[in-house]
Amino acid sequence: MKNTEKEKYERPVIKKVEAGMPNKFGLRTEYQPMTHIDGVSVHELAERFGSPLFVISEKTIRDTYAHAKRAFTLRYPKVQFAWSYKTNYLNAVCHVFHQEGSWAEVVSGFEYDKAIANGVNGKKIIFNGPDKSDADIEKAIKNDSLLHIDHLDEMYMVIDIAEKLKKKPRVAIRVNMDTGIYPMWDRFGFNYETGQAWDALNKIMFSGKLELTGLHCHIGTFMLAPYAYATAAYKLADLAIALEKKFNHSIKYIDLGGGFPSKNTLKGSFLPGKDANPGIDEFAEAISTALINSFSNPDKLPLLILETGRALVDDAGYLISSVIANKRLSSGKRATIIDAGVNIMFTSFWYDHKITPAQPFTHYTEDTVVYGPLCMNIDVIRENVSLPLLNKGDKIVIHQVGAYNMTQWMQFITLRPRIVIIDLDRTPHLIRESETNNTLTDLELVPEHLKKFEL
Amino acid sequence: MKISKNVSISENGFIFNPTTGESFTVNPIGVEIINFLKENKTEADIKKQLLDKYNTDSATIEKDYYDFMHMLKASNLLDTSAE
Repeated sequence: MKNTEKEKYERPVIKKVEAGMPNKFGLRTEYQPMTHIDGVSVHELAERFGSPLFVISEKTIRDTYAHAKRAFTLRYPKVQFAWSYKTNYLNAVCHVFHQEGSWAEVVSGFEYDKAIANGVNGKKIIFNGPDKSDADIEKAIKNDSLLHIDHLDEMYMVIDIAEKLKKKPRVAIRVNMDTGIYPMWDRFGFNYETGQAWDALNKIMFSGKLELTGLHCHIGTFMLAPYAYATAAYKLADLAIALEKKFNHSIKYIDLGGGFPSKNTLKGSFLPGKDANPGIDEFAEAISTALINSFSNPDKLPLLILETGRALVDDAGYLISSVIANKRLSSGKRATIIDAGVNIMFTSFWYDHKITPAQPFTHYTEDTVVYGPLCMNIDVIRENVSLPLLNKGDKIVIHQVGAYNMTQWMQFITLRPRIVIIDLDRTPHLIRESETNNTLTDLELVPEHLKKFEL
Repeated sequence: MKISKNVSISENGFIFNPTTGESFTVNPIGVEIINFLKENKTEADIKKQLLDKYNTDSATIEKDYYDFMHMLKASNLLDTSAE
C-alpha cells in the first residue's frame, strides 16, 4: 500500500472527563488551522525561508493604521502619528508607516540615525529618551528635529549646544503624572503634581534660548484604562493654558505618547485580550474629549501627536515555528518542544500568545506546555494551553508577535531567524536575513596568547 | 497488557471505569488500540496494524504507543494483575 493511500495519522490520546471543573489550561480555543497568512501557505513559507520565521503582514499594518487614524481624526481635527521605532525598527516596517504618513519617534542616537537613513525629514523626527549625547543633540538641532527634554541636565546641555550653534531648537518637555493607574511612571521627564514640570517650562521660557513647541507624556505601557489618558490630556492642557496666560505663548502640539494595548492576552488575564482589551476608539474618545473640553478656542487647538507602537504592529506579526518533539512530563502533562525560543519571543514572558496549528486537525486536544529549543529552564512559550494533537515536524503559527520581539530579541544559543513581509499582492519579501556564525564571530578577537591550545 | 475487564468503551471513544467511577474520552486511534488490547492482540501485531493503516513511520508509532500505554496505566485502565 502506498503512503498516499494510507489514512492521516493522529497520535492516540486519552483525556479524563472533568465536566464543570475549571483548570488553568482553559478551554480549547483553536477550531481552524491557520494554513495561510495573507494568502501565502505557511508550509511553503517555512520551506522557502526556513523555520522559525517571522512573517509580517503589510496589509494588517496598513489596515490597523487606517483604523487608528480614523478613530482619532473622527474626533479631533489635528492628529499626527509618529512611528515608535523601538517597537519595531525593521526598515521595511518603518517604511510602511512612513508611507502611511507617520513621523518617526526615536529614543537613541542609533534610532535617530536609522530614521534619517530611512529618509525621514529631520523636522519630522521626535527625539525622546533620557540618553542623548552631545553629538545626538547637535545633530537633532541642526536637523530642526523635535527634542523632548527628559531632565534638567539635558535641558542645560541643549541650551549650551544651541548657543554654540547659534540656533533656537524646537523643544518639548516630557511630563510624568499621576493618572490614577499603577505603577505610576515617574522616572521619565518632569513631574506634574510636584511642580517640577511647571518649573522646567518656566526655565525654558525665561532662557529665551529654546523654542517651546510642545508638551509630551507617556503614562505607561499596555494600558487598559482609557480614562487615564483623559487625565493625562487634562493635565497637559492645564500646563498649556498656564503658559498661554503667563507668557502669552501657545504650544503647537500635545504629544500623548503611546501605550495603547494590542489584542494580546496578558498573563493572568481571565478573558482573551481580543475580548478584554479596550479598542483604539475608546482611547481616542477619552483623549479627544479631554482636549476639546480644555481649550476654549477651536482655531487654536494644538496638534495631537500619538506615538503608539504596539497597538499598530503587534497584530501584523506572526511567528512560524516547527514542532521538534513531544514528550510526557513526570506530572503526566504533555510537553511540546518547538524551534522558537524565548530569545526571539521576548513577549512570551508577558503574554499568553495564541498558537494555531498550520495543518488540519481533529477536535481532540491535550493540555500542553510549549517549550522552546533552548537548553534553559526558562524557555517556555506557553505554560498551559489546550492544543490540538501535534506531531514532530508540524508547523504552528504564533500570533501577535509584531511588537518588540524583532527589536528586543537576542542572539542566545541559537541564531536569529529570517523575517519576511507579505505585500498587498500576497508576495513574500525577505526583509532581514538570518544570522550566521560569522555575524557574531566577526566581532570577536582572540588575543595572540590564547590562540593555541592542546587537548 | 490487557484492559481491565469491567472497563466499558463506546464506539465513539467514551470510556467508563465503574471501579473508580472515572470517565475518559479517547480519539479514534485510541479506540482502535484499546479494542486491539481487548482482543488480546500482541504489541507487535498492534503496531504493525497501525503502521499498515496510517501514514506514519514505525518510530512514531513506537513512541506514541509507549506513551499511550503509560497514560492508560496512569488512568487505572490496565489490568496489571498478570504482570
